[in-house]
Amino acid sequence: MNDVLTVRGLSVTVRDTALVSDVDLTVGAGERVGLIGESGSGKSLTALSILGLLPEDVRAGGSVRLDGVDHEMVGANERRMSRVRGRDIAMVFQEPMTALNPTMRIGDQIAESMLIHKTLAKPAARTAAADLLERVQLPAETLRAYPHQLSGGQRQRVVLALALANDPALLICDEPTTALDVTVQALVLDLIVRGVVDRSSALLFITHDLAVVATVCERVLVMYGGRVVEAGPVNEVFTRPRHRYTEGLLAASDLETTSRRLTTIPGNVPPAGRFPSGCVFRTRCAHATALCEETPEWTGSETEGFACHHPAGVTNA
Amino acid sequence: MPEHIPTVHDLETPTAIRVVDLVRDYPRPRTSLLQPAPVVHALRGVSLEVKQGERFGIVGESGCGKSTLLRLIAALDRATSGHVIVEDTDITRLPERRLRSLRENLQLVFQDPMSSLDPRMRVRDIIAEPLVVQGHPASGERVRELLEAVGLSADAGDRYPHQFSGGQRQRISIARALAPRPRILIADEPVSALDVSVRAQVLNLISELVDELNLTLVFVSHDLSVVKHVCDRVAVMNAGQIVETGYTGDVYAAPQHPYTQRLVSAIPTLQRALSGATTADLLAKGESA
Repeated sequence: MNDVLTVRGLSVTVRDTALVSDVDLTVGAGERVGLIGESGSGKSLTALSILGLLPEDVRAGGSVRLDGVDHEMVGANERRMSRVRGRDIAMVFQEPMTALNPTMRIGDQIAESMLIHKTLAKPAARTAAADLLERVQLPAETLRAYPHQLSGGQRQRVVLALALANDPALLICDEPTTALDVTVQALVLDLIVRGVVDRSSALLFITHDLAVVATVCERVLVMYGGRVVEAGPVNEVFTRPRHRYTEGLLAASDLETTSRRLTTIPGNVPPAGRFPSGCVFRTRCAHATALCEETPEWTGSETEGFACHHPAGVTNA
Repeated sequence: MPEHIPTVHDLETPTAIRVVDLVRDYPRPRTSLLQPAPVVHALRGVSLEVKQGERFGIVGESGCGKSTLLRLIAALDRATSGHVIVEDTDITRLPERRLRSLRENLQLVFQDPMSSLDPRMRVRDIIAEPLVVQGHPASGERVRELLEAVGLSADAGDRYPHQFSGGQRQRISIARALAPRPRILIADEPVSALDVSVRAQVLNLISELVDELNLTLVFVSHDLSVVKHVCDRVAVMNAGQIVETGYTGDVYAAPQHPYTQRLVSAIPTLQRALSGATTADLLAKGESA
């Protein structure tokens, strides 16, 4: 089966500061891949560079290829990218209010995405919009509503309907439920998964929440300091982490522990561009040695591996 | 509502905060000349009791009234009816000048450490401010002591809030809250804006300080799993009412009220996900919001 998205050696820099370095990422057809990391890890920048939506002075290097698009997407001009966006790749952002046009009725906005890409003509697009809304469990009156009349969860469902309008090969979700309440999050997550499964679309799901990734995705990439530090199937990475950062993150988010004290990772996430050279995690890592001043090589295959000089789980410790 | 039966020990422990049938209505702007202004019922008769030294959690989703309840307990807002009694003083209708002891005894930590710290004040002045306001001498000694207690270096006092990361800023907020030696600490979503690896540090810090200083903790969060870790007892709020109260372990393991059941099942956890739970399992049986 063809891979939908192939990212090779992606880097993002602003002036002389590297924000994302050397990211390799493949998403197969119909596959659900998670990208996790804390703030400043470069996960959102990775998504934006795939879509060609980086701000003016931020530059991407490397290669991003999408199945069915016959040109390189890094550095492609706006005319070409605007044909890809919304048709082959769609994105759901964290903040649903800024993703919707406040002066347009919901129905028109959803129909517009199909009219722009000429996937449907006007009357059919109206019907399709109503159908899409029904699939995200919104009442038909929503068609005539404006975004401000909807709650956060309803807006995010509209954004999802909009993103799925042209049956994209790849749906990217960047923290889609972070701003939502838990019960609403449950519904939106379920709609996202059902939406991509129904269309056999691939999903790239970005979040800081390990439990959400584990529920939604099959495979996961862990980012820290602008680098992918570990990748693998969810079950593997979350039960037998190899990179020390993944290990620490799992321990720190374990609230089920019976002890009053939670396990912590010492220190703070450095601000962007202030990560150490060599292994990006070495300043917070208990296992760091002089060897860690050199950038660790990637061990394992592209879909399953890690970059650490002193991986966890080597001996039966 | 299945109330937990107080043990003898519970009856003897003095009450730190008692809330009796608290109601808060907010009038909304009139929409018509002919009709009266619509009213939002933010709290509809809330009663609860927090014992001294207890770690009490309040859980609920946005709009459930948990922030309104906090504001009333901290006397930052006026109740429509009902009473708030903090350490045997009914503070519900006290004028500001008589709230001085409350302002010393009860301190708050807010969610967003950026907007709750004055960007133009040095950290040592921020921490000393509650002391100055209360008319205490704000010694450098005390500020250093507080910085150390929250795990910041002494030279942090010379810097400004923007020079710190989110987790460090939340430490500064905690140091400021502890400055007047309060007996009650109220934390409103103190870790919701923090990264996972830093969240654990701040939760540990709050836990340690509460133990060390014998504080009564009221911890408000939308995240039941965080509350479960921090608190002994929890009240679940929905639509301006408390729908369930109990020991956190019990509420989490066997929720009684339908709303709590929906809330608990909606929380994604690693354990459940790794044993094969899908997003469909997050929606309680036959439930569609």
